[in-house]
Amino acid sequence: MKAGWRWRSAALVRVCLLVVSVLYTGCAGLQSALHPAGPQATHISHLWWLMLWVCTGIFVLVMGFLLYAVFCPRQQNQTAIVPATERRTARAVVAAVVITGLVLCVFLVADFWTDRALAALSTSQPLKIKVTGHQWWWGVEYEATVPSQMVTTANELHIPVGRPVLLELTSHDVIHSFWVPNLHGKKDLMPGYVTTLWIQADQPGVFRGQCAEFCGHQHAHMAFLVIAESPEAFSAWREAQQHPAGAPSDTLQQRGQEVFLSSACVLCHTIRGTPAGAKAAPDLTHLASRHTLAAGMLPNVPGHLAGWIVDSQQIKPGNKMPPNSLTGSDLQALLAYLTSLK
Amino acid sequence: MDWTRRIAVAVCTVALGLAIAACEREERRFRETPSGVSPSNVRLSEIQPGPAVPTPLAAGPYEANAYMIAEGKRLYTQFNCVGCHAHGGGGMGPPLMDDKWIYGSAPANIFATIVEGRPNGMPAFGGKLANDQVWRLVAYVRSLSGLVHQDAASGRSDHMQVKKPEMATDRETPTSTKAEHPQ
Repeated sequence: MKAGWRWRSAALVRVCLLVVSVLYTGCAGLQSALHPAGPQATHISHLWWLMLWVCTGIFVLVMGFLLYAVFCPRQQNQTAIVPATERRTARAVVAAVVITGLVLCVFLVADFWTDRALAALSTSQPLKIKVTGHQWWWGVEYEATVPSQMVTTANELHIPVGRPVLLELTSHDVIHSFWVPNLHGKKDLMPGYVTTLWIQADQPGVFRGQCAEFCGHQHAHMAFLVIAESPEAFSAWREAQQHPAGAPSDTLQQRGQEVFLSSACVLCHTIRGTPAGAKAAPDLTHLASRHTLAAGMLPNVPGHLAGWIVDSQQIKPGNKMPPNSLTGSDLQALLAYLTSLK
Repeated sequence: MDWTRRIAVAVCTVALGLAIAACEREERRFRETPSGVSPSNVRLSEIQPGPAVPTPLAAGPYEANAYMIAEGKRLYTQFNCVGCHAHGGGGMGPPLMDDKWIYGSAPANIFATIVEGRPNGMPAFGGKLANDQVWRLVAYVRSLSGLVHQDAASGRSDHMQVKKPEMATDRETPTSTKAEHPQ
């Protein structure tokens, strides 16, 4: 009987450890507030760990007192009120209230310091990026004083390591929220209003962001990537993105471009360097240089792209792209053209 | 507990149950591809050679679907219908919220008008819009003059409100007097 109980509890412990470790790997790396990659996220994570350890200590303490109260030997037939015991109890209650107040004060001060640190970051020579939320994708525009140096892309932000970035956030339809846990907390994107958020990455890496305000049917599939890279790599990327799309290099791509310009694609998408200039959907000028399709949902490979073009409603029901019935040869040509847009 | 109170409680419970059962939510079918009319069976003239055989026109698939009408409203702005027709009051193009129609008020007629285009400025959207999108636009255009189910028409706008919402628009029964092209 006793051995069986011990075996079962050991199994239970093992299952718990497994579940905890699986959950923990879920938090690792790509999208995690526990792996800060910038000064703001570092400050926020310090506050998070302080709260975690203090609250863990308090939890252990409270559970200890509770167990003591449940299991401690109690004198039988103690009905009379003893003044000395009463005074002791009153002192214990007052002490507990005072300690609770002090702990809350510590949190208040720590929170204030964190906010101060977040607001006191260096903001000289920022990189300005305008991010517009759409149902359900992210429009990204790099601002520049010279129009030819402006860069428009979607669902992907490239930022140089070590340089502060000023994000100007707004929304095209409903309220969204910009959240890259590795870099900063959340900030809402409001229609008809511009909110700002400073971010900075101190180490290169790829960080996943996600809309954090319920915004409709495909809210869960409204993600994006922030790619922090060395200033040189960033400059090279920006330089490449400034160029309009190259001309089709063979007859298949030429046919693909004709398909694009003569079908429903052209009414919503832009490819700079061609007559396609609609702003209702993501800019496709350098589509092949992006890592994902459908706002972080699919890896950007020709198979997924084909499936997305033909029947995106199967992949992401409710998204604003209509199904396109193309013949096989037209689809192949279109794919050849789109995958050439590096 | 006296009888009257018991009966009152029972009646309330049954009424609540019935009320909840009435809360049927509209189903959104995102992958629907309505088998549209081919615009060829739309006639722009009422005069026919030979005996006049009435040709029934396909009904619009989204006349009672609030989501599709709202999507039509979004597309109406996105594809710049507002540029000529404004929000129904017209401008360069004829108004869409009155009872006069140049090329017919039936869903199939409006479908054909959008797909084929019409003289004096209406572009032909055929090939550039999915059929499904055209049907959504058709439903919205008809809602501008109160021709769709009132409970499915839009109740608000994203732009500045300049007229009553479609939901509160009175039905403008199409008349036979043809509208003039705006000059």
